[in-house]
Amino acid sequence: MLSRTADHLYWMSRYLERAENMARMIDAHHRLSLLPRAPEAVLQGWQATLVSLGMDDLFLEQHATLTPLAAFDFLAFDREHSGSILRCVRAARENARAVRGTITSDMWETLNTTYLESHAFNSSMPESGRGEFIEWVKYRAHLTRGVTSGTLLRDEALYFSRIGTFIERADNTTRLLEARWRDPGGRGERLLAEASEWAVLLRAMSAFEIYRRVCRDSVNPTRVTEMLLMRDDLPQGVHRCLDELQANLTAVANDQSAETLRRVGELHAQFHYGRFEELCAGGIPVFLDRFQAKLRDLGARISKDFLASSDGQ
Amino acid sequence: MRGRPYDEMLDAGGSPRPHCRHYCDWLNEQAPERLVQKRAEADALFHRLGITFAVYGENAGTERLIPFDIVPRILPAHEWKQLEAGIKQRVRALNAFVADIYHDQEILKAGIIPAEQILGNVQYRAEMRGITVPGGIYAHISGIDIVRDDDGRFCVLEDNLRVPSGVSYMLENRKMMMRLFPEFFARHAVEPVEHYPDVLLENLKSVAPAGATDPTVVLLTPGAYNSAYFEHAFLAQQMGIELVEGQDLFVRDDIVYMRTTRGPKRVDVVYRRIDDDFLDPQAFRADSTLGVPGLLKAYRAGHVTIANAIGTGVADDKSIYPYVPEMVRFYLSEEPLVANVQTWLLRRPEERAHVLDNLPDLVVKEVHGAGGYGMLIGPASTRAQIEDFRARIKAHPERYIAQPTLALSTSPTFVESGLAPRHIDLRPFVLSGREITVVPGGLTRVALRDGSLVVNSSQGGGTKDTWVLGA
Repeated sequence: MLSRTADHLYWMSRYLERAENMARMIDAHHRLSLLPRAPEAVLQGWQATLVSLGMDDLFLEQHATLTPLAAFDFLAFDREHSGSILRCVRAARENARAVRGTITSDMWETLNTTYLESHAFNSSMPESGRGEFIEWVKYRAHLTRGVTSGTLLRDEALYFSRIGTFIERADNTTRLLEARWRDPGGRGERLLAEASEWAVLLRAMSAFEIYRRVCRDSVNPTRVTEMLLMRDDLPQGVHRCLDELQANLTAVANDQSAETLRRVGELHAQFHYGRFEELCAGGIPVFLDRFQAKLRDLGARISKDFLASSDGQ
Repeated sequence: MRGRPYDEMLDAGGSPRPHCRHYCDWLNEQAPERLVQKRAEADALFHRLGITFAVYGENAGTERLIPFDIVPRILPAHEWKQLEAGIKQRVRALNAFVADIYHDQEILKAGIIPAEQILGNVQYRAEMRGITVPGGIYAHISGIDIVRDDDGRFCVLEDNLRVPSGVSYMLENRKMMMRLFPEFFARHAVEPVEHYPDVLLENLKSVAPAGATDPTVVLLTPGAYNSAYFEHAFLAQQMGIELVEGQDLFVRDDIVYMRTTRGPKRVDVVYRRIDDDFLDPQAFRADSTLGVPGLLKAYRAGHVTIANAIGTGVADDKSIYPYVPEMVRFYLSEEPLVANVQTWLLRRPEERAHVLDNLPDLVVKEVHGAGGYGMLIGPASTRAQIEDFRARIKAHPERYIAQPTLALSTSPTFVESGLAPRHIDLRPFVLSGREITVVPGGLTRVALRDGSLVVNSSQGGGTKDTWVLGA
């Protein structure tokens, strides 16, 4: 496969995954805003999310003050910066368009239709319609995944697409956790109130019922974090993402990728053989931070080994 | 001044022509709402499929649909047979001409075309002198633009031997019609066109450099922002070959490779959709970022085949067009089966005088222009536009040719107000490999504005499905 084609497939999947996770992140706030919380707490929650996405400075450049609505619009609809959901949808479609000869017609039509439909959404929508937007993003992401898994040949095209999906998902899951841990109200000091707030996070990630089933416990921040990091049977879980990353990277291994495979193996082993308490001994936010740095390193190495236009000279 | 143009479907009395009777009966039975609904369905499908073209000059990246008309253009078997023979003959002669001017130049020695017309032409590539191309084929893919004159006879308006486009619309239009009106295809023998990509791939493989047993063919595109990108992606997918950009290829030791996730892979045949000028920054335009440095050297060394060959543009240049009938006689010793449109060369003083006296009635074209740009349609132009062209012609007469304003035939077309005649042309696609193949029909372009003669998609033209009926 052409390196450039692999690059487009990888980014197509990353952007789609990012759009979905942004929607889930926003959804979490939307649900939080329905809880009886002080207005400052709500704003602090949004602030923490912007920080975890690395978009707090950009937001403040464009907006004098932080309001829930402004933050929603900024993350969902703003076409001026590349991090918004609408821009992610467009980027996914642009990447798909560049390789429409490699993906199936069904995939292309699904992504293209998603893009065409996205024009209907913007910040002038009534607030009541915004929940619908979030549901639409999730639905289109589900649909695209289904079409991909239902129609794409099991070859490199699928492997690179999945590499993009899972590196992005691992990144996003840790960001969601990080945002919650950075939220000043979220540090395990107000157990009852926090239980409902973390339950909201689980619901936004479609993981609430699973938590009940596998943890059989009341919702508490540490257990939620442990589940989302350590379980290899949870599709949103970081451990699961690393399973997939390792398997798909192994499937596309080439002459220069040995070190990248070693690093993904090492990272995976932490989750596979490590203990949550030991990994997070220095504090959960610190661990999440370090993990994200390792993911970035992995992303850069994947680009260099497989996606960059190297002629071997 | 001119009589009523020839209508493809209806005779002078307004009755359906014999070969269109079935279709017209069917059409008359259709409720108008159904046709409106079918047209909306077609638009929605084309959007969803992303069958669009990029528009230059407006917001970069803007994509538009080429309007699709749901009324087909229908050709009877006997008419198509004659036309097909004429087109094949023409392409054989053009190919012989390109081979000749890059080798022995017999046609120049015979004095049939003035040597400076060829050797001084910007489309003439001296780099191609003496190179033998596989199978002796230069124009692997040609698009020959056909119109009808006032008497309803087919004639050639233009040859396209560089990177002719539009074939994807021919194929998609047929798919669309079969989806919208399956009942019609069940009842009528319409010659299929779907085998085009198979023939093309077979031909491209057959011209691989000697020694390539399982040749790797790629399609070289300028990229996703090119107006014909949809077509490039479509053809690559249909043929199952890689769609590459210049940056995906590199040349080492005069061999072309593509960069893959598993390392370099050798490329044997490049079906390029990039103009000569941009193919190789080392050989042609140094500022081109679309091409592949060293490609020409690899080509000259015989390690890769480029289709169409470099330097075919000299044969489809508008200043060379008037000589094509002579080429048929010279190389094939045959009489041309399809005629040219009468053409005046403005570099010839006596022809120039005639044209300047009759500008309001004529069409004047830039020799190197394309896409319907840089032309004057006398009857449709203002006095000021005509005078502007007059000055341009006087300054550089060699840059222009003139032709009578053709009526172009019309075909009933579904427009806002219902069915109405609109002007059309036809571009059949000719594939040259071990033999010459013309897929029945081609792309029919239609000028959607009432009275307009400009069918180019960049200027408000649309397309129709083209049916050649079985014998």
